[in-house]
Amino acid sequence: MEETTGACRLRTIGYKLWYGDFCALHETTLDIPSNRITAIIGPSGCGKSTFIRTFNRMNELIPGVRVAGEVLLDGQDIFRLDVVELRRLVGMVFQKPNPFPKTIFDNVAYGPRAHGLRDRNRLAEIVEKSLRSAALWDEVKDDLSKSGLALSGGQQQRLCIARTLAVEPEVILMDEPASALDPIATLKIEELLQTLKKDYTIVIVTHNMQQAARVSDFTAFFMTDENRSGHLIEYGPTSRVFTNPREKTTEDYISGRFS
Amino acid sequence: MARETYENRISEILGSILRLGKVVSEALKQSVEQLSRRDLEGAALLIERDEEINRMRFQIEEDCLTLIATQQPVATDLRKIASVLEIATELERIGDYAKGIARLNIFIGQKPLLKPLVDIPRMCERARGMLEKAVEAFVREDAAAARAIPEQDQLIDELYKVVQRDLIFFILKDPGSIDPAMALLWVAHNLERSGDRVENICERVIFTVTGEQVDLG
Repeated sequence: MEETTGACRLRTIGYKLWYGDFCALHETTLDIPSNRITAIIGPSGCGKSTFIRTFNRMNELIPGVRVAGEVLLDGQDIFRLDVVELRRLVGMVFQKPNPFPKTIFDNVAYGPRAHGLRDRNRLAEIVEKSLRSAALWDEVKDDLSKSGLALSGGQQQRLCIARTLAVEPEVILMDEPASALDPIATLKIEELLQTLKKDYTIVIVTHNMQQAARVSDFTAFFMTDENRSGHLIEYGPTSRVFTNPREKTTEDYISGRFS
Repeated sequence: MARETYENRISEILGSILRLGKVVSEALKQSVEQLSRRDLEGAALLIERDEEINRMRFQIEEDCLTLIATQQPVATDLRKIASVLEIATELERIGDYAKGIARLNIFIGQKPLLKPLVDIPRMCERARGMLEKAVEAFVREDAAAARAIPEQDQLIDELYKVVQRDLIFFILKDPGSIDPAMALLWVAHNLERSGDRVENICERVIFTVTGEQVDLG
């Protein structure tokens, strides 16, 4: 694709997905560049969450799902990778913060422990590094044994980001990560994304178009057709998509003229 | 579903731009007519009325900023608002050229003009025609019309050269005519610049419609 210069971390080629007989996502060919933030926008039901759940094979957990086409991570077919390893490489942060009912420390240490790490010092290092990267360390460093659930919503979401970072992923998928947060907590997440993209490739689904415009380098716009199937309509640099989109459907959607 | 609130607000702004265009065009016309008939009182009034043009421009600017802050326009909407801000400035500057002509009229004072005005009113007519068409093209989002308008500026540039030649002839013949000749030369210069400003407006029309940044000058 002409505008996504630089290394491509994720790639879909003619990727298609059905729920039973219903085609939820039409052929989608898209390159997601490394160390950039790619926003996925579009109305409810357009397949944007389905699309990002492809990358850590979460769709497979839904009965009746069928896919076609290729999905590559660093050039490798993700369907041939070990799914546990894939989910380590491709982490996910959800709309509602979902810390485990454990201490802050144990929340962050959960992933490394699940991958077999037992060394207490090494775990402590990882917890500190991850909490620092998630811009939460200064707020919780004196209270790591406090329950993750005792934190504020915004802190909980950053704890979930820290938990994702603890297993050293390459890609972070975010499904509406700030939609349950107030503007201050949202700003913290948005600023955090700009720091994280230096080390990670980020794909974010958002309903908030101003947020997509603010945080992302690239924007992909999905839309439903008359059969309620999702289509990729347009993909390009955010600066262009929001000032001079190529497709009228994109223009209408981003400028708030819904049909 | 349309964005009615947004559409209404942008229509109001476009209405204001059309009005500003008409007021500026009228100011240009009057400035040259007053010069022709040596109407110094009218010129003084025109200088005063420039305040009204400035006020209109500031109001448009304020309305645009409010719209950006409250409605977050993007894509064509955003390009249109950005263009309105520029076009309002261009129109206000053309208003200043009209005011400049009124000042030159007062500078010439009670003295008769060096020669009857022939080319200057033609320059003025052409500039006004271009101006009104450009503002209409903007409101109608007519990029083709905007591309065609700058051609008409050629006549203004040619007439400007004719005026320059004529006035230099006067100066050579009678060095005492330097001041009134220079005054008329500045009048012609203001009209020539007005044509250039209209070209800038045409560029904004094309940008609004296509997103393309062009230099028509």
